[in-house]
Amino acid sequence: MKNIHKSPWLLHYDGSSCNGCDIEVLACTTPVYDVERFGVVNTGNPMHADIFLITGGINSQNEDVVRQIYEQMPSPKVVLAVGTCACTGGIFKECYNIKGGVDTVIPVDIYVPGCAARPESIIDGVVKAVALFQKKHEQEKGER
Amino acid sequence: MFGEYLNRFVMMFVFLVAAPFIGGLLDGIDRKLSARMQGRKGPGILQPFYDVAKLTQKQLLAVNKFQLLMVMSYLFFVMLSGALFFGGCDMLLCFFSLSTAAMFLILASTSTHSPFSTIGSHREMVQMMAYEPMELLTAVGFYLATGTFRVLDIVKADIPAILYAPGFFVGFVFILTIKFRKSPFDLSTTHHAHQEVVKGVTTEMVGIEYATTTVAEWYENVFLLGVVALFFINSNPLSYLAALVAVAVVFFLEILIDNTSARVKWQLMLKLAWGVTLITGGLNLLILELIQRR
Repeated sequence: MKNIHKSPWLLHYDGSSCNGCDIEVLACTTPVYDVERFGVVNTGNPMHADIFLITGGINSQNEDVVRQIYEQMPSPKVVLAVGTCACTGGIFKECYNIKGGVDTVIPVDIYVPGCAARPESIIDGVVKAVALFQKKHEQEKGER
Repeated sequence: MFGEYLNRFVMMFVFLVAAPFIGGLLDGIDRKLSARMQGRKGPGILQPFYDVAKLTQKQLLAVNKFQLLMVMSYLFFVMLSGALFFGGCDMLLCFFSLSTAAMFLILASTSTHSPFSTIGSHREMVQMMAYEPMELLTAVGFYLATGTFRVLDIVKADIPAILYAPGFFVGFVFILTIKFRKSPFDLSTTHHAHQEVVKGVTTEMVGIEYATTTVAEWYENVFLLGVVALFFINSNPLSYLAALVAVAVVFFLEILIDNTSARVKWQLMLKLAWGVTLITGGLNLLILELIQRR
């Protein structure tokens, strides 16, 4: 299947962020950036998602949620950590309830730094994720 | 006699083969038009095909095996209703088959016990309650206009059904918004990104299951647009052109309504659907009855 990368469906989860990155993620779907032209659909359903986009760090309350969403996604899947908080824990890193970046709970494939990450860099990350999505699919097919 | 049967089988075959392509293209045009209406560039017209192709490649993380069987039955009965319609069979049979298909969709959705798909299937049932009366009345309208339920004979009528049954047509186009899952009546599931019940009836459908549901929807859309066309088709070959224009106008109208209205609560949907059914369908029925008494 050559064209699997033409239909990357995205699931956006907001960890404990300041909402700056979330607004930038939403900006990607507006007329100015319009990620849907690449076939990206911002689905709210892990069962339908291919790319798991997380903003904000992981705290003890959302840890299980993130893990569960990840497990509910059918493979091939790609995890994209958007923003400094999602990458490392960022400014909240030393807080008593913060565990750190997303990679403390689930394996992260692509990191998009920035506080807040700009829509351009988010789209760049998504495009990289799409390429990886295709690669993972081909690998899985090879294993089969 | 044999030639007629052959023709009908050819039409059935053409529908079964071509409908997914037409339905997918219509879906692509729908997405492109919606994007343009919102001032976006939008995806390519072939995007729905890429989506379905991708879904078939995903891991089947289904909750149970029963769901896949139910989804396949849903597709089968939708295909059957369309094939019966394009094969020139009884209108009532087509609509009953379509209702059976909807039942299988509900069974597929409720088999998972997910709260989101449960709410979605409750809403799907309310939607069925809202559109079924008008759907049946449409078949009745064709009978009163042309004296037959058989599609094969309806297309041979001298006068198009729309002249006798404009009320039924308006009512049918109204419930088409529910059948197409367009806003303001996309309660059970939606084509748009977000909904308060995640994806409603299709929440738990993974990979190939969701692909099957999508393809079934394409079949269903082509069948329903065929019913819209039937209102205009008569023995005059030019009427096929008029039917094509009518279908294009109705399809555009549905997209426009989808992009300019917000989702309503089920109570309002039921009241509106039944109100429109009673006023347009009911009045038209009454008038036709009165005319034919004399």
